[in-house]
Amino acid sequence: MTDIASGPAAPTMPERMVRRIFSGVQNFWRDTNWIVRLTALMGLVILILALLAPFIAPFDPNAQSLLSRLKPPVGFEGAKAGYLLGTDELGRDILSRSLHGLRLTVGVALLGAIIGLLVGGSLGLAAGIAGGLPDDFIMGLVDIQIAVPFTLIALLTIALLGGDLPVLIAVLGVAYWEQYARITRGEVLRLREMPFIEAARASGASGFRIAFKHILPNLVSPLVVIFTVNISNIILLESTLSFLGLGLRPPTATLGSMVGMGRDYMPSAPWIVVVPALLILLITFVVQMMGDWLRDSTDVRLKER
Amino acid sequence: MFEYAINKIVRMTITIMVIVTGVFFATRLSGNAVDFIAGDGLGAEDRAKMITYYGLDATIWEQYWRYLRSLADGNFGISLIERRPVSTIVMERIGPSLQLLISAITVTLLISVPAGVLAALYRKSWLGSTIMSFAFLGYAIPNFVLAILLILTFSFWLGWLPSSGIGSPAHFIMPVVTLSAFYIAGLTRFTRNAMLDVLSQDYLRTARAKGLGEEKVIFKHALRNALITILSVLGLQIAGLAAAGSVVVETIFTWRGIGEMLVTAAIRRDYPVLQFGVLAVAVAVILINTLVDITYGMADPRVRLAKS
Repeated sequence: MTDIASGPAAPTMPERMVRRIFSGVQNFWRDTNWIVRLTALMGLVILILALLAPFIAPFDPNAQSLLSRLKPPVGFEGAKAGYLLGTDELGRDILSRSLHGLRLTVGVALLGAIIGLLVGGSLGLAAGIAGGLPDDFIMGLVDIQIAVPFTLIALLTIALLGGDLPVLIAVLGVAYWEQYARITRGEVLRLREMPFIEAARASGASGFRIAFKHILPNLVSPLVVIFTVNISNIILLESTLSFLGLGLRPPTATLGSMVGMGRDYMPSAPWIVVVPALLILLITFVVQMMGDWLRDSTDVRLKER
Repeated sequence: MFEYAINKIVRMTITIMVIVTGVFFATRLSGNAVDFIAGDGLGAEDRAKMITYYGLDATIWEQYWRYLRSLADGNFGISLIERRPVSTIVMERIGPSLQLLISAITVTLLISVPAGVLAALYRKSWLGSTIMSFAFLGYAIPNFVLAILLILTFSFWLGWLPSSGIGSPAHFIMPVVTLSAFYIAGLTRFTRNAMLDVLSQDYLRTARAKGLGEEKVIFKHALRNALITILSVLGLQIAGLAAAGSVVVETIFTWRGIGEMLVTAAIRRDYPVLQFGVLAVAVAVILINTLVDITYGMADPRVRLAKS
């Protein structure tokens, strides 16, 4: 590191980051097969669509137009120009609703996964470093979380507190915290015995310093893997809850609630459910695939298989 | 061994107590139940009467004590909507749920164990990769999306199968397929990995070296050992998975089991039903898991040594 920084044309921090990202992408492209590349591209498209939803959606997602109710997508008999993927029972544009739903689904899932990472990661770190009573307590909580099917807790919480955005995000955030906690604690216990930690302790580093400066950096890669795998679990949980009618209050739509609400119109207007259902399928497929790839490429043991 | 079982039972009791307590405080903290029951059109005087009637004027600790006593007495309250005892409602729902679950688990075992073994034996040929692709798909498809696609295809488009309800054997097909698709995907992957682990063990080399036929090596030595791991995982996970899966599948196919009851109660805010339903399912899952744990601890000393 020092020889680069003291060289004649030392690259600035952002420049270095761009270069690192660029070479990361290059390596990724070189090392993967076409299926992984294709899913990565699809993932990128989904992210861009989610980010740009307010700008590219042709209609207000909640604007009703009773004159153009239940119109099929373009190309089918009775379609109405402008409504590319048709309209629902209140004349709302399916394409616009799907784009906004996608945005919400992805955003809520990311936030939930980040909360889970922060909560689970810090509890796991605390348990691993402190040991003793705090460790027993935290691991007891983990055992309880594993013992009770989370769908039940989610059902109860949302029924009691109502389907507001903060409630939903909190529920999704605590859904999988125990996975981060277990992995973090396990890694901490393993790292604690390593010579470099002993050396740090011998030279008088405080517990905090050891935790943040020496142990945390080594936790990044296992946590990134769980994070990715978790996003797809959270998307599944969110869309399942929304589908069951226990997500955000209408008219705000996520993909799951579009499928749930459209269920009643399936015989006469199947496009209302087909479009969001296929989108959910696509997202979970992409995220699962990326999670699998990430896990396989970081797990040395699996490489021999 | 005895110590191991006691340890498990103590842990189970603590977990159950935490859940019972959590459910009680969650329902109390979210507002006064009277307002949910009666709605807005209630005068102040009547509201006070109802609060006294339901015993909600007592301190929270007194209420908690009463709640524990009533649970111990087997008195689980009365549905706010159906005006019937919660225990009666739950009893009606257990049968259909069990029917669905047992069918789904049977189908799962029949398909995923052979599929996983084949995927392990032929892991480098097209057969192995095809099986694993299907397993991946089954894992990536949310079960409600699969259910919707099945209903659209087989009920509305082809008109072969009923889209909801209970009755004829035909009613079983789509719910069982949806519920087992997810289990099959997971268990096939797991069987394959367990088989691969066993296949690389030294005792298999020994078995081959002493001249056993390949068939005997695989079925007698490899599969038997892999099955121990497979069944223990199935035992530990099935209860939790079943609870989560049947909530969705029962709701979609209006299969009047426990899962559908929970969702309906959550949407209608029928708290006594929801509260007891959640407790009953959670306790059932924990009981089953503890039993499986203890059984495996008895059967396989490695398990209890690793965990203590």
